[in-house]
Order: sequence, then C-alpha cells, then structure tokens
Amino acid sequence: MDSNLTTSIGPMQLDRPVMLASGILGISLDVFNRVYRSGAGAVVTKSLSKEPWEGYPNPTIFGVKGGGWINAVGLSNPGAPNFAKMIESNQNIPIIVSLVGSIPEDFEMMIKQFENCKVTAYELNLSCPHVAKVGLEVGDDPELVKKIVTTVKNTTNVPVIAKVGLGTTHYLNTVGTAIESGIDAITAINTVRAMAIDVETQQPILSNKFGGLSGTPIKPIALRCVYEISSKYNIPIIGCGGVSTWEDAIEFFLAGASAIQLGSAVGDNWISIFDKINQGILQYMKRKGYSSIKDLVGLAKKS
Amino acid sequence: MQRNHNHPTIVTIEKVIDETPTVRTLVFSDKVMSNVLPGQFAMVWVPRVNELPMSIMISKESEKAAFTVRKHGPASTGLFNVKVGEQIGIRGPYGNSFDLKEGKILLVGGGTGLVPMMRLLTFVQPTDDVTVLIGAKSKDEVFFEDLANHLLEKNIHKVIVSTDDGSYGEKGFVTDLVEKLVSETHYDGVYTCGPEIMMYKTVHSAHSRNIFVQASLERMMKCGVGICGSCCVGEDLVCRDGTIFDGEHLSKNKEFGYFHRNKAGILENY
Repeated sequence: MDSNLTTSIGPMQLDRPVMLASGILGISLDVFNRVYRSGAGAVVTKSLSKEPWEGYPNPTIFGVKGGGWINAVGLSNPGAPNFAKMIESNQNIPIIVSLVGSIPEDFEMMIKQFENCKVTAYELNLSCPHVAKVGLEVGDDPELVKKIVTTVKNTTNVPVIAKVGLGTTHYLNTVGTAIESGIDAITAINTVRAMAIDVETQQPILSNKFGGLSGTPIKPIALRCVYEISSKYNIPIIGCGGVSTWEDAIEFFLAGASAIQLGSAVGDNWISIFDKINQGILQYMKRKGYSSIKDLVGLAKKS
Repeated sequence: MQRNHNHPTIVTIEKVIDETPTVRTLVFSDKVMSNVLPGQFAMVWVPRVNELPMSIMISKESEKAAFTVRKHGPASTGLFNVKVGEQIGIRGPYGNSFDLKEGKILLVGGGTGLVPMMRLLTFVQPTDDVTVLIGAKSKDEVFFEDLANHLLEKNIHKVIVSTDDGSYGEKGFVTDLVEKLVSETHYDGVYTCGPEIMMYKTVHSAHSRNIFVQASLERMMKCGVGICGSCCVGEDLVCRDGTIFDGEHLSKNKEFGYFHRNKAGILENY
C-alpha cells in the first residue's frame, strides 16, 4: 500500500499531520526549525498579544502526580510586532500564528504585523483558562467571538482557526458561532482549568493558583469534544489534548480530526516524539490499507 | 504514591551555612538529590515566593543534599532567606552532566557557578592533576576556596583565586588567567560555570587550542523540562539539551556569549 502522511485542514495542506501545539517551545525561529526537522507538520507559536507579556511568576508549570501537567505560564510572549520581525526570514516552516486579544481591533492590529511573513494560518486563542480578559473570557462571549472572527476574516486571506476549550459557554455553541462567522477550522481543545494544593505547605502550587491541565488525563475529554464537533458540524478539526502515542493520533482521526497537535508529550518524551508518532501512523495506515489520512477521518462515527 | 520528579517534593531545611554576606548554603535530606551527577539542577519552589533553577550542591553527609544561593532577585532572595525548619519544594533532577576527562583538568568558576564545579571535584580520580580557578569581584565575595582544597587533598592540585580589584589572591579577570594557563599547558578537560562572558572567553581560549571544554549555561527558566521554551539559546534548550554544552557545539551557537531572553522571550544583549 502506498500510504502518505499529507493532510488537508480545509484550505491548509500539510506534509505531516502532527503539529506542535501553541505555548510549547514557541519563541524562537531556530527552535521552530528544529521542531520542524524533527517531524512536526506545522508549528503553532505561543499566543501573541499586542504588547510583550512577561507572564506569571514561577511556579508556572509542574507535573501532576497521577500524570499530566498543570500550567499557568500566563501567556508570556514577546508581542506580535517583535515576533513578526523574528519570523520574517522564514521560508520553509509552516508556521501557524496563535493570537490572543480582548477586542476585534487587537487581532486586526496584530495580523497587520505579519504582512511580510509567511504564515500558514492564524489560530485564535479563545480558550486559555488562566488569563483574565482574554482566552476563555472571550470564548465564553458569543457576540465577541462573532465580532473577532468576522474582523479577522475581513483582515486576512490566510486561513483562520479558532481554538476552543471548556468554559462556561458550551463549547459547541462557541464552535457554531465561529463557523457562522466564517472560521476555516477548529482546534479542540485547550487545557482544562485546574489546580493543585501542596498538603505540607498548604499552598496552591502555581503562583496564579489556577492553571490549565494538559497531557494524558485530558485525552478522553478532548477526543469526546472532537467527536461531538464533527458529529454536529461540517468543519475541519485539529485535535489537541493529551496525544502522546500514534494510537492517540489515530483515535483523533477516527473521531473526526484531520490533524493533531501535541504539547505535554514533548515534556514527557522530548522532540523525537513527532517522528515516532508519524511513523506509527504510517505503519497503521499501511497495515490497514489506507493511502491517505482523509480516508480515516471520522470513521468511528459510521455505524 | 510513587515520587513524580516533575512534581514538587517537600523537604525541610536542616542547616544554613553563611558562605559570604550574600551567599548561603541550605542543607536538607533527600536521597535522590544527594546522588545527582555533576551539573544537574533542580527547580526549587519557595512557597509564597517563587520557583527557580538551582544547581545541586554537594553535602558532606550521605543522603543529604544542598543548594548554594546568592541573593540577587526576588526568587533567589526568597531562597536565601529560608530558615532552618522551613520547607521548600524540589523537582528534578533535570539536565545533563559534565563529561569528566582524566589527566590534567582545569575548572573555572565564578560566583555560584562554583556549585557544579564543587560537585565535579567529587568525581575526579586520585591520579588527576586538577587546577581550580575561582573568580570574584572582591575579597568578600570569595567562597569555596577551602572546600576545593579539602576535596582535592589526595590530588596534585592548585586552587587559584583571582579578584577583579586585587583585594584577594591574584588581581585581574579570571579569564586572563585561563588564557595564560591554556597557552602554557595542555589540559585534557576544561570545565566552566559562572557569568556568561567568563564562560564565553574560557570556552574560546580552550576551544581555539583544540582543548576539550564544557560550559554549564544559565537562562531564564520556567518549566525545566523543555515545554515552555523560555531557556532557548539558538536552537538549544538549556534545560533539556544542557545545561552543559561542549565548546565545539557552543562555538557554532550565535546567541551564546551575546544574547539572553527576558521573561517575555525577547532577546537582550549581555
């Protein structure tokens, strides 16, 4: 069987279906290049804001005893203008620029910074669970989601993805609003709002107290969301949440995702994980007789 | 439950040693941290204050470990102020370790960069001929001179202190001394940790003469495990690929010796 790893996510074409998720390793073009060389089909940047943000004081990330990670880095990033300058020289790497903001004008201003850059897509972070006035607080407001997506779509011809998470508004409604406003694809899901308290010192471990849970514990939740979105809407989906093996990736494809993102698995396995998952997917496709990833997408929904 | 090395393990400080007016060593019991390789580090949580990467210091007693901290910013000052009986959280150990050669060895340390150097000294062979250079701004910032001599009791060795202002030991920059030594003698291995410019010059002096050299780099760190990307230097992640890098590798890195990133990830000059 002649199988290959290329995949389409709406208007986007990628050579490989495994991407680096937003927030992970995403502040230097040199590191992006290395991650791409190690097998990522695309890299998503840290969520960029209009101005540089320092993020929260440490502790900002730690491992959960039962598995997974909790983080509240606080969206530290060099700001869209600085970042755009850094990636101006990029030619080969499919870079998806993640953006956070509070109002449509924030996104408009940021996208204009990237006019001279090769950008594969924009991913709107409507779901960070631990920073006030952006992320989930935006994603939970349907009117604001509508205005932001509409504005962004009117600002750029580059494909636009909305990254959704589990907030107070049902995420399926947020997905619906984004689709009505013209979004090209959905990334599901973000980290899940969480915390941990140290019993000896009787203190929350994170300086921000609350953070987002990622890694293997959230994979079944993320998978359920991808399945629900693909059952309800006809929209390309990127699965994100706890992928750490090729079987996880295949599960997401079967649930309806056309590509996946990973982050915590980089902390657990380092960057060789990209190629390992790619090869596992390819072996599975050959063994089962599939030539293309699109042939797998959503198969679990067939009765 | 089994220890998760990415989750803070709580330990109690048992002893505090004043090394200089601004440098202290905090001793605690922890078998895992007492057995780490030279150059490895821990993320150290000072509850209610901050968390910071710390190279793991040696302790003379078995199953005890230590950190040596210089008070500088809010996080290190918080750790400096921890008293006997108070608790801190530790995760790790993280990072790689020095590749210690045999024969003529040169160690170059400045400030708390001496910590991994002291740990390295506990791994030298009795047959090694070891020279330790300790660089400091002035006399009141010199520490670990006696410890280095003590650890090298069984070796042919020299411990040389140089102060920038000449108030103790030799006068001048420790890197001038490095340049002089490597131009006169062939060393089998040169190891350095301390201020970046000191390491940059030391690496250059040794590497340009084809002498094996390694440096332990320091950068802003948040996760310690290669997730957040804060500590990248070129395409290397100090926490995951290092903290120890060979001179050969560093000589090709465009950021080493010139730039570091601030908390927002913006490159700043040294």
